[in-house]
Amino acid sequence: MTTLVYLIPVALFLGALGLSGFLWALRSGQYEDLDGAAERILIEPDQRDGEGRQN
Amino acid sequence: MSCCAPGAEMALEMAASAPPSSEEIKLASRSLGGDMHQTDLSVPTAHCGACIQAIETALCKVENIESARVNLSTKRVSIRWHGDSVPPFFAVLGRLGYQAHLFDTEIDEKDRTLSELIRAVAVAGFAAGNIMLLSVSVWSGAEGATRDLFHWLSALIAIPALAFAGRIFFRSAANALRHGRMNMDVPIAVGISLAYAMSLYETIDHGEHAYFDASVSLLFFLLIGRTLDHVMRERARTAVNGLSRLASRGSLVLREDGTREYLPVAELVPGLRLLIVAGERIPVDGDIVSGNSDLDCSIVSGETEPKTVSAGAHVQAGTLNLTGPLTMQATAAAKDSFLAEMVRLMEAAEGGRSRYRRIADRVSALYAPVVHLAAFVTFLGWMAASGDWHRAMTIAIAVLIITCPCALGLAVPIVQIVAARRLFEAGVMVKDGSAMERLAGIDTAVFDKTGTLTLGRPKLVNASSIDPTMLAIAADMAAHSRHPFSRAIASYAGYCGQPSVGSVTEHPGFGIEAVTQGNTWRLGRRGWAGWKARTGGEGKPGGYGGTVLSKNGNIVACFAFEDALRQDAKAAICQLKDAGLSVDMLSGDTAKACSEVAKSLGIASFAPALLPSGKVEWIEALTRAGHKVLMVGDGFNDTPALRAAHVSMAPATAADIGRQAADFVFLRESLLAVPLAMDVSRRAGRLIRQNIAIAIAYNAFAVPIAVLGHVTPLIAAIAMSASSLIVIGNAMRLDATAKAAPEAPLARRRTDVIEAARP
Repeated sequence: MTTLVYLIPVALFLGALGLSGFLWALRSGQYEDLDGAAERILIEPDQRDGEGRQN
Repeated sequence: MSCCAPGAEMALEMAASAPPSSEEIKLASRSLGGDMHQTDLSVPTAHCGACIQAIETALCKVENIESARVNLSTKRVSIRWHGDSVPPFFAVLGRLGYQAHLFDTEIDEKDRTLSELIRAVAVAGFAAGNIMLLSVSVWSGAEGATRDLFHWLSALIAIPALAFAGRIFFRSAANALRHGRMNMDVPIAVGISLAYAMSLYETIDHGEHAYFDASVSLLFFLLIGRTLDHVMRERARTAVNGLSRLASRGSLVLREDGTREYLPVAELVPGLRLLIVAGERIPVDGDIVSGNSDLDCSIVSGETEPKTVSAGAHVQAGTLNLTGPLTMQATAAAKDSFLAEMVRLMEAAEGGRSRYRRIADRVSALYAPVVHLAAFVTFLGWMAASGDWHRAMTIAIAVLIITCPCALGLAVPIVQIVAARRLFEAGVMVKDGSAMERLAGIDTAVFDKTGTLTLGRPKLVNASSIDPTMLAIAADMAAHSRHPFSRAIASYAGYCGQPSVGSVTEHPGFGIEAVTQGNTWRLGRRGWAGWKARTGGEGKPGGYGGTVLSKNGNIVACFAFEDALRQDAKAAICQLKDAGLSVDMLSGDTAKACSEVAKSLGIASFAPALLPSGKVEWIEALTRAGHKVLMVGDGFNDTPALRAAHVSMAPATAADIGRQAADFVFLRESLLAVPLAMDVSRRAGRLIRQNIAIAIAYNAFAVPIAVLGHVTPLIAAIAMSASSLIVIGNAMRLDATAKAAPEAPLARRRTDVIEAARP
């Protein structure tokens, strides 16, 4: 019983951390272009230097 | 670009549309403060990593462009630029082979509903996960104080989840009840709130069973279904809105004192003098004051032949000015124009469609009362049998939860999103799920001719009988004009490497004149070009064409044109007939042009020279006779008919308003999109019915067990999840069968276009 007093808040806290992480990612627009993000990983970083870095 | 290679097809389309003027771009862009501006363009053909890179790299090299970012999901580019003059991004994109369009920034508002739904899913998922965890401990034998602690924790976690995520259902249910209607959200709202209230009572009472887990996980599953449904509609809607708009955005106004000013369409009033250069669309109805030109009316009336206009002629909004500059006097404001009349006709024709109710709604209208009645009868029965109101209530709630339309809530949207995805990959966009349901039920297909069965783009048919040297000269001259006939001839340019002609002048309404080495060449109307050939009989190798090439007044070649049929038109019609549909053709074009097309496609029934209202009447007559009609059309004149039909489809090249009115929009040239959409819709309809049958069978099995009082929360949770998983699995079968369908049309189309361009 005493372990539960620690474990349950810890479990809830970690869950809430994940949830707030997701909500933050959602708000900062990381889900706006899923197709583009999947393709952008293939583009060489040095070729994209100094362009399209906004957002 | 190797994976996209839009070059060949784009080259043809690029010629067809002029980029908007820089005033128009300025009107459409947002000011970011200072002299920074942001312009959003739609680039429908961007679809891979190489496209992103090509577009961004090229645009960022242009002077004054600060940054460019491609969004591949919505196929848009947002460009930030500074300075007074608009950087030439249309030209840059055109050179890369991407056709770009402006679109309204008002449409580009963030989708609030979607982010609300996703947040609700996240919160419900979080709560459901945690409560499940605690519930499992209870199920596996927690007792006494431990169980009460777990129940209290569950209750605490469930409160914010129900308040935040459940809001969506409570709102909709309250709205439905207030209007005396019943929808799927009513049993959901009643079920989850009753379950919560009862569980809370149990917890306070140190009871054994609580239903917090069922209440919240139900919400979670239902929200997933709701979100999928929304994503599908929204995606198609943005894609449709993102395509080129054909109504013009503004016009150059000539003031009394000689100054010129660019005004948005909404500010144009009757009496203003407008300057329309070649390549612009007429913004409002009006009369020509001066100038000669040819107008392309195909999108308005369905006529394929360009109309020659001069001072005094009345012109309609939406027609495209092809060859010469015009000064016109507006006779109507934008809201009173032909376009507005179409909107009125459309609203009048709306009736046929609004009566349609989605399968899910029809089922839930039956389902909700049955479920509530079953729960209520259970309660009464147990009350009568045992007299224990607490026990009776617990069992009644178990009935409510186990019958909750979880599988039903997922069944329909998940099939529709899989089907819409499949169609999207094949270049067909779906407005909403009910469109697919409606398409599955049609028995008659009605096609418009110009722009739908045909491309609305004339093709030279007697090229083989024309002297190649003459053809090359004509092609060279034609390259200087925007007239559809010229463009058809110009596609033969470079055919046999002739030297190019010298000075070229265009005579709007007549043709093109060029002078080389003392010879006067004219390409255009027979009477004007062949001014020495009065009899009209000379030099006619191929026959009857009204367009000729003359050298010093003597006709040396005749050109005959035919509107090119849309690709695969015949195959598409055959497939529709094989599927048991009757096929009609309606057109605003002449009887002669119609009968030729109808004959070559094997369409027995057609009606030429129809006004927009005539098309609507035709469709309404069919509807009254008990037919369910699919209307396929483009153009302003088809719009009311698109609305009047049971379900409608338009090509991406259709007028803006036509695309808005249609339920389906197909992006590729091939008409096979029509039978494909029907096939996928029919299969999706079958799967939806199967899923509903599964949900009903599950209930038939589960409800008696619940009514008899044998359902523990564990069984309810397992049964509910199992039914949802079965329904999802069944929906995925559509994707599996659809994969077998050919990807070929795209590849074939590309080679065909290249061949068509280089005969």
